[in-house]
Amino acid sequence: MNLVVATVALVAGLLVWWMAARRLTSRSWEGQGTFDGRDAAELHSAPAPARVGLWVLLAVVTSFFALFMTAYFMRMSPEPVQGVGLRDWRPVAEPSILWFNTLLLLAGSVGMQVASTALRRWRFTLAAWGLAAGGAFALAFLLGQWFAWRQLHAAGLYAAANPANAFFFVLTGLHALHLLGGLVVWARALTRMARGRTTLEAVRLSVELCTVYWHYLLAVWVVLFGLLLVT
Amino acid sequence: MSYVAIADQHAHLHDPQTFITKYVWSQDHKVIAIQYMATAMAIGVVAIALSILMRLQLGFPGTFHFINPSNYYQFVSMHGMIMVIYLLTALFLGGFGNYLIPLMCGARDMVFPYLNMLSYWVYLLAVLVLVASFFVPGGPTGAGWTLYPPQAILAGTPGADWGITLMLVSLVIFIVGFTMGGLNYVVTVLQARCRGMTLMRMPLSIWGIFMATILALLAFPALLVSSIMMALDNHLGTSFFMPALVSLGQETVHKGGSPLLFQHLFWFFGHPEVYIVALPAFGIVSDLISTHARRHIFGYRMMVWAILAIGILSFVVWAHHMYVSGMNPYFGFFFATTTLIIAIPTALKVYNWVLTLWRGDVHLTVPMLFAIGFVFTFINGGLTGLFLGNVTVDVPLSDTMFVVAHFHMVMGVSPVLVVCGALYHWYPKMTGRMMDDRLGRLHFWLTLVGTYAIFLPMHYLGILGVPRRYFALGDTYFVPDSVHSMNAAISIAAMIVAAAQLIFIFNMLWSLRHGKPAGGNPWRATTLEWQTPETPPRHGNWGPELPVVYRWAYEYGAPGNREDFVPQNEPPTTQTAVAVGHGRNVG
Repeated sequence: MNLVVATVALVAGLLVWWMAARRLTSRSWEGQGTFDGRDAAELHSAPAPARVGLWVLLAVVTSFFALFMTAYFMRMSPEPVQGVGLRDWRPVAEPSILWFNTLLLLAGSVGMQVASTALRRWRFTLAAWGLAAGGAFALAFLLGQWFAWRQLHAAGLYAAANPANAFFFVLTGLHALHLLGGLVVWARALTRMARGRTTLEAVRLSVELCTVYWHYLLAVWVVLFGLLLVT
Repeated sequence: MSYVAIADQHAHLHDPQTFITKYVWSQDHKVIAIQYMATAMAIGVVAIALSILMRLQLGFPGTFHFINPSNYYQFVSMHGMIMVIYLLTALFLGGFGNYLIPLMCGARDMVFPYLNMLSYWVYLLAVLVLVASFFVPGGPTGAGWTLYPPQAILAGTPGADWGITLMLVSLVIFIVGFTMGGLNYVVTVLQARCRGMTLMRMPLSIWGIFMATILALLAFPALLVSSIMMALDNHLGTSFFMPALVSLGQETVHKGGSPLLFQHLFWFFGHPEVYIVALPAFGIVSDLISTHARRHIFGYRMMVWAILAIGILSFVVWAHHMYVSGMNPYFGFFFATTTLIIAIPTALKVYNWVLTLWRGDVHLTVPMLFAIGFVFTFINGGLTGLFLGNVTVDVPLSDTMFVVAHFHMVMGVSPVLVVCGALYHWYPKMTGRMMDDRLGRLHFWLTLVGTYAIFLPMHYLGILGVPRRYFALGDTYFVPDSVHSMNAAISIAAMIVAAAQLIFIFNMLWSLRHGKPAGGNPWRATTLEWQTPETPPRHGNWGPELPVVYRWAYEYGAPGNREDFVPQNEPPTTQTAVAVGHGRNVG
């Protein structure tokens, strides 16, 4: 559970930093008033709730994947029981299509980044193309993952055959599920933009949030893929 | 964009027009809170009924022929699971979190009202799936609330065909629903407080709920991970948790899995879960004590820091649930140490409650009785925790009734006392009427004395070595006859306590129509929820203008004021400014 303890330490560190930043040492029983002078500076930089909400969600998803990876390590080298180690772990030979898929996901992330940068510079056509490409590449990635699974299946590497296979399917599957959830939001953002029945600020926000989510899932994939490759 | 604007979002407040949008598909946090509370209490009644069935068997073995060993295990398992997750977690965070966060922070609603509504309906679905497991072939799972593999999914365990699957599905749904609600609670506290409401001016109830939500958001994924992996072991024949074994004379398809891995994951969720229930209780009880003792909370800053410290420490104590699972003794030493360290901030909170009561103008109202009952019971349960936290003492006491008595005192009875106190306290705000005082007192005394009659003797049974989870004790040489009469007495006490809860439910329903009109602020409290223009507060909570906060939440008994309290949103006069300027030392 070292990974988990590290995660907890990180969260604790962030919490302490946040406490310091938020003046949790103030003596609230002494003063009266609204602290307008001090608050004003803080308040103008307050991010939109949806943005904070996304970051909190990413913390939850990080905890989820960190725990799965911890389980991966623990299952890989189980504690020897009465001196007998259970060495049943047969590493999976990762299908080479995964490298190609990684590139697709990277391209999706780039597309999203293009879209949100373009929106900030008022270049709407480019933004629309970027957004469409970001989603399309993500879809292509999912298709590629499907092929990878078919390959493993064809090679007789079923989930039940070996714990390494099982973890491969579960981890890639859950990553794909998270991406699918992102694609639902992406589809909503795209239709909104196409219909034009919304404010520029709202479009900008939803595109930016999609971009953050895409980058995050790319990072998760890189970590997962790296883990699968080296073990 | 300032957070004042976020707190005051009119765009998000779809004004409910029809009966359906007002009371069923409502996005109003107050309605959602009451929906959560009603659902949680309804399923809680089922859990109480299950515990009575359990006690009938333990108290009078062989008398009730409709209870067989399989049923008994199902009662035990479902009682535990429902009480911990579907009742307490949902009631504190979904119920009180939803009701209190926007009102106490001075917001019009949660920041994501639609998601909030969805959170409730997903929770309801989880409850329905759980209830459905009572009606499937084989009945609900009887694997114990901890669902340890391998036995949880082996043939021969009650509910192995359908029950366990529905249990895991229900948990996954619950966690998804909770995450939706949890995002709301955290972001609302961070972003939607009204002007002047700094973090260090928030009432402790909000601090407790806020920190508990963060714990839940980070800890529930561990339960999610273990549920997914166990479902795969069960249905796809993988071997994450399942070792090679022979079941009912047949070799299973599994090999090499690690049951210990499940235990680590489960308790990495399971221990923070204790504090997910305890921290909101700590926060709420601080507010009850301060309000009804007419005295500022002692050491507010320490109370906040203790909540944060407990929250962080609760993630590094999980393996104290696994001392007898076979672990490296050095690990045991580490976890015993962290477990004892967590007693420090907890004890600090207890001292501060007692010091708040000390020389306070204590009003023994019903909420105050429950709050004092909580402090009393929590100390009892906490002290036995010191026994069990030490490996050497824990090993002989493991799996005895002592453990059952300990955790029921500390995370069963204590939080339930707070739930009751909190309901008596905020009921006037929710409905505009007071609950009946005499019935409330009757309910309190029956519950407090009754629970002690149940759980205090259970410690002695445990020290004698009476094991937990056994369907019947049979003729065992170390179990004297007196144990059987004690068990019968405990069962009778349990039935009386269960009946006392009917008084509570009756009181809630009866007072809806017949209670005394409460007025806006019957307890003369300082926090914002008591200062709303209407009682019960209408959609949008605050009328045209949001409140502005000028001081902390505990301005009681300050000299030189008209009343013995100053609401958080009352503009300062020169008089109060002088009184506060004298700098009473409260930190």
